[in-house]
Amino acid sequence: MAERFDAIVVGAGPAGSAAALALAREKFSTLLVERGRHAGVKNMFGGRIYAWPLFDLLPEWEKDCPVERFVSSEHMVFLSGDASLGIEFESPRLASGKAASFTALRPKFDEWLAKKAETAGATVVTGIKVDDVVRDGSRFHGVVAGSDRIEADLVVLAEGAMGQLTQRAGLLPDLTPASVSVGVKETIEVPAPVLQERFGLGDRDGASYVFAGDVSGGARGGGFLYTNKTSLSIGLVVSSEDVARKKLEVPELMQRFRMHPSVQRLIKGGKVLEYSAHLVPEFGLGMKARYVGDGILVAGDAAGFLINNGYTFRGVDLAIASGIAAARAAVDARKHGDFTARGLSSYERYLRELNVLTDLETFRAAPSYLKNERLFTLYPKLLAEIAERVYTVDGTAKQKLSEVVFDEAKEKAPLLRLLRDLIEGARSM
Amino acid sequence: MGPRPLRIIVCIKQVPKAQELQVDPKTQTLKRVGVPSEINPPDANALELALQIKDRRSAEVIVISMGPTVFDESLERGVGMGADRAVLLTDRILGGSDTVPTAYALSETIKKIGDFDMILCGEETTDASTGHVGPGIAGHLDIPQITYISEIQIEDDSVRARRTAEDGTEWWETTMPCVLTVNFGCTKPREPTLLGKIRVKRAGVIVHWSCADVGIDPNKVGLKNSPTIVAKVDTVHLPPRARKVFHGDAKDAVAKLLDALLEDGVIAL
Amino acid sequence: MTDGEHVVEDKSHFTGVWVFLEGRKHILRDVSIQLIGEGRRIADRRGAPLTGILPGHGVENLARQAIGYGLDRVIVVEHPILEIYRSRPYAKVMASLIRRHKPEIVLFGASKNGRDLGGRLHAVLETGLAADCVKFDLDEEGNLDMIRPSFGGKSLAHILCKRHRPQMASARRNVFLPPHNDPNRTGEIVHEDVDVSEKDVDATLLEFQEFTREGGLRPEEARIVVSGGYGLMDGKNFAMLQELADLLGGAVAASRKAVDSGWMPKEFQVGQTGMTVRPKVYFAIGISGAVQHLAGMQESEKIVAINNDPKAAIFEIADYGIVGDLFQIVPEFVRQIRERKATKAVPMPVAAR
Repeated sequence: MAERFDAIVVGAGPAGSAAALALAREKFSTLLVERGRHAGVKNMFGGRIYAWPLFDLLPEWEKDCPVERFVSSEHMVFLSGDASLGIEFESPRLASGKAASFTALRPKFDEWLAKKAETAGATVVTGIKVDDVVRDGSRFHGVVAGSDRIEADLVVLAEGAMGQLTQRAGLLPDLTPASVSVGVKETIEVPAPVLQERFGLGDRDGASYVFAGDVSGGARGGGFLYTNKTSLSIGLVVSSEDVARKKLEVPELMQRFRMHPSVQRLIKGGKVLEYSAHLVPEFGLGMKARYVGDGILVAGDAAGFLINNGYTFRGVDLAIASGIAAARAAVDARKHGDFTARGLSSYERYLRELNVLTDLETFRAAPSYLKNERLFTLYPKLLAEIAERVYTVDGTAKQKLSEVVFDEAKEKAPLLRLLRDLIEGARSM
Repeated sequence: MGPRPLRIIVCIKQVPKAQELQVDPKTQTLKRVGVPSEINPPDANALELALQIKDRRSAEVIVISMGPTVFDESLERGVGMGADRAVLLTDRILGGSDTVPTAYALSETIKKIGDFDMILCGEETTDASTGHVGPGIAGHLDIPQITYISEIQIEDDSVRARRTAEDGTEWWETTMPCVLTVNFGCTKPREPTLLGKIRVKRAGVIVHWSCADVGIDPNKVGLKNSPTIVAKVDTVHLPPRARKVFHGDAKDAVAKLLDALLEDGVIAL
Repeated sequence: MTDGEHVVEDKSHFTGVWVFLEGRKHILRDVSIQLIGEGRRIADRRGAPLTGILPGHGVENLARQAIGYGLDRVIVVEHPILEIYRSRPYAKVMASLIRRHKPEIVLFGASKNGRDLGGRLHAVLETGLAADCVKFDLDEEGNLDMIRPSFGGKSLAHILCKRHRPQMASARRNVFLPPHNDPNRTGEIVHEDVDVSEKDVDATLLEFQEFTREGGLRPEEARIVVSGGYGLMDGKNFAMLQELADLLGGAVAASRKAVDSGWMPKEFQVGQTGMTVRPKVYFAIGISGAVQHLAGMQESEKIVAINNDPKAAIFEIADYGIVGDLFQIVPEFVRQIRERKATKAVPMPVAAR
């Protein structure tokens, strides 16, 4: 029995499910294949999802989407030794309208989105690993799983950070340590009343924390903490190149991070439910991904659509947006009966219109900027020491803030270099 | 024109996974809800034999089961493995049926499907382990049965099967339609495939029938029409073990072991 | 029991305890003999006669032998087509006899053929059948309490067939003690006819290949079992276990892993997917003790474990054990046994019960 679909989407993560949903809506006979037992089982993130693309894809999304908490306060914390300096931003507008973002648990969220794709008419199959994409020269026209082969006009690869099919299709260069980070995470159970009291939250709102400095043992990276309904997600993202170079042990880093007094205060008494790790493709467009080919499109993490600019981590929203863009490009291709790279070329335009490429380009400098070690070691330490001197009132003579700053800087950070770093930082962020 | 497709019906049951067998102390029955389940392994072996026949010649494999709707999980797996379609006989009045009503109800379901050449079942289930239903179906339909088989060969209208007896191997030959019960572990059941899982999603591949749909007499099924009941369940008490472990080099340890075995009268020389 | 009319007859019409007798090559099967013993006990408690049912061809001898084990009567059904066991004709014979005589209780040995027969028969008669029983009792109302392992061997279930007759049960092999044979015991041998003919033959036995014993006992029959697992590493190493088994008068067996690796044939496999053994001593050599293996031997009287992993699960259920290299221990064990045997003046039978 030969099976044929108009479109095959590989991977039922946010990018794949969004693509399958949008394609099915446009009356493409669509097959969505996921290797995990259920959608989301193999996915992990910090996690917070920026909701803006959902308004487009599923106007009624709020009715049944498994939201943990809507983020209403943002925190940035610099850790140094056992001290910390935090910046907090709260605004009623953060959690509302198109700017809304929410914390989520991936198995629930991914399963929800995949079910939406199925309701829209996509055939969703789980527990099957796609072994290869079928190709004739440069033309892709189906997938192979075991001894089964399915033909299609269009294959959308949304297979996530490991990107093996994408690599084998010649659309992505091999991942090198410089372009991949390691994310580790613990989910810690804290009962809702305790959590809400500790973080000053209501029933539905949540907080997001980003940690810099002593978090990563001198490696480039940062920590995060998100509040879910009855648990906290806490973890680190660190550059694997640095981990290798500095011979660091990620579990040790994680342990040091969670033992910091300022972090302990937030997670104390909680029961660790789960420990997980995942690869995070970093540096966005620096990965030189090609995401359009004859009969093929790449979406989501597999195409490197991820932003980490030190204070914002975004992946799921870009993934969903790229799925939407892929469907739009498919519609154009079908109109002209041309599924070659040229016929699909409007994919790039749609990525731009949805600000996926635009944002990636804007923050293009961030990855190389973030290679600046001083950001992760010296400056947080400097800030903390300045703060310590400013806030310590113990009877010894106090100096003015400006004096303190110059004193510390003179010793530890040559002024010129400091100024240059500041300017570069502002420009790239 | 090649040989007409054989219609093979495979009876399967969904059972709690082996390590997960738990008795509900209140009802004295097996916990079936909320525990991981699987296709009764001998039934999976039977299905694999059926699919191997289908690999070699034109055949239609239909998996059937009797039970609550959660049994769909196993029927889906069966279709995912390669069965062409599936029928679940599901009806509240079937609850509590022992092997007499079960054999009857499955026989009626098989008659309703009709035109069958072979009925395959696992030799027994891992939860009830009676082994009665396969032969019971043969008795109801009054067709030949060969139990405890590991291998099937088909020639024109006859079936040859290799049967394992206690003291040797038998080769039997019979005509179709017939019932064959399949030995636990005689095949390695295949994994579901992409094409199989796509077929699962197609409308009409897996259907539910009620007793009324099949024409099953309500007075012949269910707990009150089952000749046997489980009056009581005791937990098995295994003998406590002495756990005497002997150390030292081989010569020493063996000498100590031998002494102990002889002293305790476990062996005599 | 119904006659196709969905009427459950008055229980009081059913009396007598029956045992289905099975022979192979003109010898009564061991499980049939064991069942006569247990059947006698039940019949005595019920104050009822114990009858053996023997379909076959040229089975007069067997019938007499059977009486000697404790039967009051044997009903023989003679017909050439009954020479070997076949499901349909045998089921037809049993159904006819049961309808004719209305026994209260019918017992089968849970051999492959016994279960084959019971399964078909109970559906035809629409009466209760409890499989693989390890114990029998009577409840307050005089119903047969049929006790069998269930739920994967973790429990013992008491099965009752309160309203339907006959109450039928199959009994597990090697659980009930075989009675002594009294060749002078008197009993009735009755020949009955049942309407069976060539038309009822629906299957042909083409070939029978007996398992070769190769100088060793079958594990289910042996009092001592020497079993090897994955630790043996190679089929040829089982020769060392055979040597030990021969010295002790026991049988060799194997775990599933050893069988799957092709080192031993499947008929020697002990475990959930193989056979259950209950010997006096079970030597588990190079066997880790996976749950599925334990299910097949955990009721052995004594268990001896030899394994180089001190944390192996097998040590949890062992009475005696050595942690060490089996390739040194087993040959040493064989050597020391030989030595001790040689110093004994008169050789004695091994493993007296």
